[in-house]
Amino acid sequence: MEKFNVFASRLIPKEDYVCSGHRACQGCAEALAMRLVHKVLGRNTIAASATGCMEIISSPYPETAWAIPWLHVAFENSASVGSGIEAGLKALMRKGKIPKRKINVIAYGGDGATVDIGLQWVSGAMERGHDMIYVCYDNEAYMNTGIQRSSSTPLHAATTTSPAGKAIGGQQTWKKNMTEIMVAHNIPYVATINPSYPFDFMRKVKKAAEIEGPAYLHAYSCCPTGWGSRPELGIQLGRLAVETGAFPLYEVEYGKYSVQEKVEDFRPLKDYVKLQRRFRHLTDDQIAASQERLIKEYKLLLKKEQMTREGD
Amino acid sequence: MAVRKGIESSLAIAEAAAACNVDCIAAYPITPQTHIVEHLSELVNDGVLDAEFIPVESEHSAMSCCCGTAAAGARTFTATSSQGLALMHEIMFIAANLRLPIVMTVANRALSAPINIWNDHSDVMTERDCGWLQIFGENGQESTDLVPICHKIAEDKRVLLPIMLNFDGFIVSHVVEPIEMLTREEIATFLPDYEPQQRLDVDNPITMGPVGMPEVYTEAKMAHEAAVRNAYGPICEILEEFGQKFGRTYKPVETYKTEDADIVFVMMGAASETCMSWVDKVREQGKKVGIVRFRLWRPLPVEAFKEAVQGKKVLGIIDRHFSPGGAGGPVAQEVKYTLYGEKDAPKAVEVVAGLGGRDIDFDTFDKIFDRCQKVLDGGEVPPFELIQARGGHYGKI
Repeated sequence: MEKFNVFASRLIPKEDYVCSGHRACQGCAEALAMRLVHKVLGRNTIAASATGCMEIISSPYPETAWAIPWLHVAFENSASVGSGIEAGLKALMRKGKIPKRKINVIAYGGDGATVDIGLQWVSGAMERGHDMIYVCYDNEAYMNTGIQRSSSTPLHAATTTSPAGKAIGGQQTWKKNMTEIMVAHNIPYVATINPSYPFDFMRKVKKAAEIEGPAYLHAYSCCPTGWGSRPELGIQLGRLAVETGAFPLYEVEYGKYSVQEKVEDFRPLKDYVKLQRRFRHLTDDQIAASQERLIKEYKLLLKKEQMTREGD
Repeated sequence: MAVRKGIESSLAIAEAAAACNVDCIAAYPITPQTHIVEHLSELVNDGVLDAEFIPVESEHSAMSCCCGTAAAGARTFTATSSQGLALMHEIMFIAANLRLPIVMTVANRALSAPINIWNDHSDVMTERDCGWLQIFGENGQESTDLVPICHKIAEDKRVLLPIMLNFDGFIVSHVVEPIEMLTREEIATFLPDYEPQQRLDVDNPITMGPVGMPEVYTEAKMAHEAAVRNAYGPICEILEEFGQKFGRTYKPVETYKTEDADIVFVMMGAASETCMSWVDKVREQGKKVGIVRFRLWRPLPVEAFKEAVQGKKVLGIIDRHFSPGGAGGPVAQEVKYTLYGEKDAPKAVEVVAGLGGRDIDFDTFDKIFDRCQKVLDGGEVPPFELIQARGGHYGKI
């Protein structure tokens, strides 16, 4: 763990702080992502949770899956709650009421809690410069309430509030780019993470913890229940999301972009969508149009990398 | 030594919070509360108060942030009014059930619509069910004294509940009056350092705010109910202790010239100060009238109130909020609850006055008194009435 740029499997801590016995669905890659986050952050961590799958599955009183201090207040406000924890610890340490030491404060929420209802709270906490990490576990819909569309749901995906009807076929809007919204906050560190790339994932979590000031991580989180995918395909889908350009892996450190797992030859988006029931109504033309837009966005990302790294 | 000086109540309240050595303040601007948090941020930025001032992006976020600071174990203070309190509504219930000892001052102001920045009690009365302790100051001195009292009550290990300190917006918050300011050293002899019972501590990890299934939800609510109700004893003790230390003794229910009165007005807040002057005046004309006012509103001081109105014939209950189409004003509703089924319970004349900054003046008290006198003389109890509404009162509009 000391050398976070060399994240080899033997260096990964054995301890888990989100313990087994939680009630996530079979094949939930969001629970996997959360487990990896906390493996890296370790025991000196306090978590603020939004209402949502990861809260419900981990804290049915009198049981808890949490081996670290954890606080759930409401749906939209975990970023603000986290910022309060950070400020509280800072004041108490400065005033000598608790010992001075490094404690990671993490707030997290799903895509609904982050990109829709909680956007203001995330923006506020990040803008104020609290030394904390915010993680969005993005499974691209309101899964906890029964798979309703969010602004993070991809174009055409069928959800219970954007059904694949005879007249209108699924989500009609392009996925909101929350990562870039966070980049626009000029915070020290923004990155996308994907549990199908565990070493890249953990390196970024580690960096988010070590950087002073706010860090935002956007985690790809396959949801077999909501996506209509086979539970054993979560890791494969995560890989396909990167290889097709649907979920690029990159980080922005003090304004400088760098893209990981760069894609030269994009795999056909069809390979990705055909494994998910939410996309089964899509025509080949629709898939091709989506991939074209994804590639265009990917190229823009590479340009940003080039532009922000000029003179390095 | 405490110094008596002319100071705006809001600034005095902020100074009192600073003298309580609060660790964290999370707040958002809203009239008429703003002077409190403005002054606190000055005190922090001038290095007078060592605290984190968190200028959040909304009142909802202020209360959310306070949940975080209090759960981390920090002495937490915030302030709001009206729409701000309404925006916090969701988190109010959660802060209470998480048993976080947050102190919040509320400069009471009317709720929209129409938008109105002036004083009434619609903001606090709409939050009656949220499970916070609620207390009222009727002037700057009381409201300032109640700041350390509130911290001590909230943080008492037998209590551990958030507390809302109410005073009237503008009428109290913006008035300059002579206030005896307790020093930090004096307050320290009354209010010890906050020792959280439980906090988010990496060495003793706890899960706060878990899911409450139907099997445990009722019990969680019962525990909350017991906590609020059982806070009454400690509150009385703490008020008494403050009185013994600093010479100003406050009671859950306050009375003014009620001993020989048949008619008693019931209210809370600054209007009772005007009412005292009115009582003094009409007593010279031989009218035997007094005032009973609620200082403590949650827990509702049922027994103390019953005792205060024991043997009285008619109550003139003045509400500064009401439920349209419902059972009238909240103070009247709860007063009737305390007296229902009591032998020889006084009759209740219910009026709503002082909405959205309408002054409650001597004429208003005269009108209420006339109605009460008619009932005392054997007349029928009139229906609930917006007594200051132009164009006729309730039922005759």
